[in-house]
Amino acid sequence: MTLLGENHITEEGQFVINMGPQHPATHGVLHLKIWLDGETIKKIEPHLGYIHRSIEKMCESLTYRQYIYTTSRMDYLSAHMNNQACALAVEKGLQIEASPRAQAIRVILAELTRLASHQLWWAATGLDLGGVTPFFYAFREREAINNILEETCGTRLTQNFVVPGGIMYDIHPNFQNHVKQVIKQIKDNFHEYDEILTGNVIFQNRLQGVGYISKEDAISYGCTGPTARASGVSCDIRKQFPYDGYDKIQFDEIIATGGDCWARYEVRMAEMLQSVHIIEQLIDNIPEGDFQTKTKAVLKLPKGEFYQRVETARGELGVYLVSDGAATPYRCKFRSPGFSNLSAIPHMAKEAKIGDLMAIMATVDLVIPDIDR
Amino acid sequence: MTKEELKSAISLSSPTVTYDESGEFLTVLITPDDLLPLMNILRSKAEFEFDYLFCLTCIDWKDHLMMVYHLQSRTHQHCLVVKAKITDTLQPKIESVNNIWKTAELHEDEVFDLFGVTFLNHPNLRRLFLEADWNGFPLRKNYTDENMIKL
Repeated sequence: MTLLGENHITEEGQFVINMGPQHPATHGVLHLKIWLDGETIKKIEPHLGYIHRSIEKMCESLTYRQYIYTTSRMDYLSAHMNNQACALAVEKGLQIEASPRAQAIRVILAELTRLASHQLWWAATGLDLGGVTPFFYAFREREAINNILEETCGTRLTQNFVVPGGIMYDIHPNFQNHVKQVIKQIKDNFHEYDEILTGNVIFQNRLQGVGYISKEDAISYGCTGPTARASGVSCDIRKQFPYDGYDKIQFDEIIATGGDCWARYEVRMAEMLQSVHIIEQLIDNIPEGDFQTKTKAVLKLPKGEFYQRVETARGELGVYLVSDGAATPYRCKFRSPGFSNLSAIPHMAKEAKIGDLMAIMATVDLVIPDIDR
Repeated sequence: MTKEELKSAISLSSPTVTYDESGEFLTVLITPDDLLPLMNILRSKAEFEFDYLFCLTCIDWKDHLMMVYHLQSRTHQHCLVVKAKITDTLQPKIESVNNIWKTAELHEDEVFDLFGVTFLNHPNLRRLFLEADWNGFPLRKNYTDENMIKL
């Protein structure tokens, strides 16, 4: 018997190799067991749990105010959207709504986070496929966004800025000016992204026709976010089940039909410009008023079940709260986008070359703590 | 379809199921034996076409385990929750739905790992997060660990 993590050759002559848990292209501690015939991938089996903290169990002993902050550590690149989902689930249970001012600020912060996340994805995709330079271009803008988040929320990555009923503090006086500056910077510099990476023929050839997944398979595998939209699935939660006033904002759902790595790349690039468009509409129109709806000190949800979905940078995050009337959730389930997107990778990579696996994993944009939870 | 339309359409094809309408989505309560026939109808019939399983999980209610399936149709955009009550908490068993929705495979591995529910006809049932020889199932309410701190 071979041990888990041991490389060996099967009786049919297939090589079994282990990619990860320590591997620069997996962006975290993901362990893939890969069956190879020469360089062709025959089968992939993901092994998870290297960063499993059992956040769902932890949440069962935390109050409805506290449990929000554990979720920043799930998908750390969409920390704000994770917090937003949790707060919205509690608000659904309490039948309250955040004030218009809080909603607008939440949406601006969510789109800034999405921009920062997509920029890191863009940088890492270039890096995975052999180009170091894009990293510095993307981080130029990402740094400016993180500075804004630090100024208003106090932290750069795990914002923890959302509370049930609104946001924790009002925005920093410089917030609007700095956001306008960064929006201008992104719009002015976006053509450089295309010049350095998108237009590169070698880069295009690495992505086009690689890692194809059909629309039916994408739905069946539960893919969401840009991964599914690149296969022609209309699945933007911001459009289908609007929250925090997304129904009043003009933006397009980006859908491509290619289904390959290149389509996923194009969808994410176009989404960045849509996020800019959303922020532009809101930044001068933040309503006046309270930034927090008054809530009781100890929140108790009525008996029942509450399901809230939001669109994070990676896809659909679902928060499923089961309450028995106490001050802590009876059961709390996070339906993370990365978990379902990961389950499609063995299908996408079947019969692909081992080198193409990097491109597939890069364009699906996995965040491992989001998968393991 | 609205909640009411879904309810009457499901009653036509499977008259024995019961309903819970207190939540956001219409909830169908069934026994584990009825799971596969009902799920096949929900997936294949054109009027339902629930092609997207967006959440699969389990809840430990101490005297029984409740499997919860959240379904959505990408064509009609309606949602439905199916709940199957497993009364045997010592050796819980239920049919796997991975032949209907491929995403179920990993989700069922997760439920097996953390709740100990065995899925029949699952292609590769294994402990997804924890080690293969881990003792007990952490998300069960009666789970204890010597390193756990009582608050």
